[in-house]
Amino acid sequence: MTARWRAAALVLPLLIYTVVTFLVPLTTMLVRSFYDPVVAEVLPGVLAALDDWNGSGDPPEPAWEAAATDLRAAAEAGTVGRVASRVGRVDPDLRTVLPGTAFALAEGGLRPARGQTWHDVMVSVDSAWASPDTWRGIKEGGRRFTSRHYLNAVDLTRGPDGSVAARPEDRRIYLPLFWRTLQVSLAVTLLCLVLGYPVAHLIAHASPRKRGILLALVLVPFWTSLLARTTSWIVLLQNQGVINDLLVATGLVADDGRLALVYNMAGTLIAMAHVLLPFMVLSLYSVMNSISPQYMRAAASLGARPWHAFRKVYWPQSLPGVGAGCLMVFILAIGYYITPALVGGSSGQLISNMVAYHMQQSLNWGLAAALGVLMLGGVMLLYVLYDRLTGGRVGIR
Amino acid sequence: MPGSRMTGPIASALLVVASFAAVVALLARCAGLNDRGPWVATITYGGAYGRAVEEAVLVPFAGQTGLRVEVDGFGGGLAQIRAQVDAGRVFWDVVDVETAEAVRGCEEGLFEWVAIADMLPAPDGTSAADDFKVEQQTQCAIPGVSFSTAVAYNEDLFPGEKPGTIHDFFDLEKFPGRRGMRRAPEANLEFAIMGDGVSRAEVYNVLGTEEGLQRAFDKLSSIKDHIVWWEAGAQPPQMLADREVAMSTAYNGRIFNAQVLENQPFSIVWDGQIVDQAQMAIVAGTPRLDAARRLLRFFTSTEAQAGIAGRIAYGPARLSSDALVSTHLATGVEMAPHLPTYPANLEKALQTDARWWSARRDDLHERFSTWLIR
Repeated sequence: MTARWRAAALVLPLLIYTVVTFLVPLTTMLVRSFYDPVVAEVLPGVLAALDDWNGSGDPPEPAWEAAATDLRAAAEAGTVGRVASRVGRVDPDLRTVLPGTAFALAEGGLRPARGQTWHDVMVSVDSAWASPDTWRGIKEGGRRFTSRHYLNAVDLTRGPDGSVAARPEDRRIYLPLFWRTLQVSLAVTLLCLVLGYPVAHLIAHASPRKRGILLALVLVPFWTSLLARTTSWIVLLQNQGVINDLLVATGLVADDGRLALVYNMAGTLIAMAHVLLPFMVLSLYSVMNSISPQYMRAAASLGARPWHAFRKVYWPQSLPGVGAGCLMVFILAIGYYITPALVGGSSGQLISNMVAYHMQQSLNWGLAAALGVLMLGGVMLLYVLYDRLTGGRVGIR
Repeated sequence: MPGSRMTGPIASALLVVASFAAVVALLARCAGLNDRGPWVATITYGGAYGRAVEEAVLVPFAGQTGLRVEVDGFGGGLAQIRAQVDAGRVFWDVVDVETAEAVRGCEEGLFEWVAIADMLPAPDGTSAADDFKVEQQTQCAIPGVSFSTAVAYNEDLFPGEKPGTIHDFFDLEKFPGRRGMRRAPEANLEFAIMGDGVSRAEVYNVLGTEEGLQRAFDKLSSIKDHIVWWEAGAQPPQMLADREVAMSTAYNGRIFNAQVLENQPFSIVWDGQIVDQAQMAIVAGTPRLDAARRLLRFFTSTEAQAGIAGRIAYGPARLSSDALVSTHLATGVEMAPHLPTYPANLEKALQTDARWWSARRDDLHERFSTWLIR
């Protein structure tokens, strides 16, 4: 028992490190995709008063006074902006209505005059309060637990009556981007496999001295900065770039028929495949390295032609490396966005670019988290599918 | 060894304590910056602008106040700032952000409130309020240097008539060749609607309507097949130099550097360019608020602003700085005609409307992305 504890103590630093730097941030991020208490905390009175309101017609009378009280307090505490930005994602008009009303109430010290109700005061500050849409926006934005971000992430929206519908056509962006990301990742994985398999084979079965040199050649780009490699590809591939110049100089291509190799899908695939190729080669190499050349010799001595021997003997044995390499390249490709953004032109936008936008610019971390969860879920699903299909024989072990 | 069984539990207890101590020591080191005298922290974008700020602002500030200035690298965006504020551990005091970021960050409570009225007066005693060229866009930030997103072209590609207006950017017949544009709706929608004949004063009114927005997207669609999209500010000068594009929208400071430092035959079309300001803000909840306010005041002072403009072609925030700006420190080029705030350049410029954008930005980004992949 003590020996076990002692062993556990040795991994404790790593465990603490993993929990602090990985599990805790990841979990808090994931929680944001469905839980957001900010509006509920800042506007508790209004939301309580709207609890029984069915969303049509005027809200109940207590809601008006509660709204005035909560908003004034929010203006004084400096929290009204946070509420407005959240409710504004449900109804963009509210982004300005809430702060405007809150500061008018706080600075003007408005109260109902004789014969007036809070209803009259609020409507006089901003006529938007006369519309049930405003109140519905607050009620919807005030939910602590919400599926809004997930709906948004698959181009759906919740109508005023709570029914789920597709977003307008010119706002449907996430599903097409998911689809494109999947296509690009699969294409890059395939490209890496086709390019990487012969290279890995060459390295695995070369003499030790050659092997060292070849491995270094694979690793050198691996150690070079990502941006340097990406911009180098631009220099090579662009319209007036090295490759096109060569093609024109050798007469293979006319000067006015230069190939479009960059700022399009071709550029994305070429640059991403290059960046991710070492992962494929190293995964394949580690498995091929342990395949004894005797098997191929045995196959040949039994009369198998090279292609037949490869198909029946070598390929099945290298499959674990193929699986590991493809999984690794695919998963890394799913999250790539700097390389495609620089060389991809109009096709260079993938789902990760939107995640980055919502993390950095819009601060809609809930939506960013929902997109992240869907990506994570998708990758896990693919892994399980893959594991089933290969009967658990192939993969990262 | 006899007795080792007895020391087993003690040994493991010691191990546990030691590993905890190691983690705590590591965390303490990360937090232990503040034991070497008073200091203040800010960020830098690196590059020519970062160097200009360092030379014109940070070094003289440290010399005059005796405060140590910690500078962290920064690539823009609000995620790191929000993480610091949410965690209650602020280690950047003064940050330099884009206008849209300042507005959004302000809503989210990421920045302290600041006012132009509290900034230093001009050397001749003019109050700060009368000396700043633009008003505050948000109560969370003081406007810094002005920069332009403008159309630039490679003169070699247009030996005859040169492009002179924003309309020419969209005229593929008269001025053939590919066009570079930033892959974002900001500035492009304004360029498009002006290119479609809307006057500068009406740009945001027209774009505020569904028909106007559609008009802008249609205008962009008319040249869509000829657009090369760029992502980073360093790309357009490179694309122009490589003749990858004939014309491109670009940040004027980058084009200026290519003109004077690399002798590239580039010209800027000072027509319909979009002017925006760097925004100087203080991160909310900083434990060094006084030092942060001192740095902010220094940063926006007449001399510091003029100092930046002497090193890179960005217009100083203050009227009183203009008289102090003479020639480019590295090359001796007369700076004034290259600045976005030079009166002749400003004549046909459009000041970006931060409030208009802040209400629609997310929506327009989604719409732009949808348009892009269609």
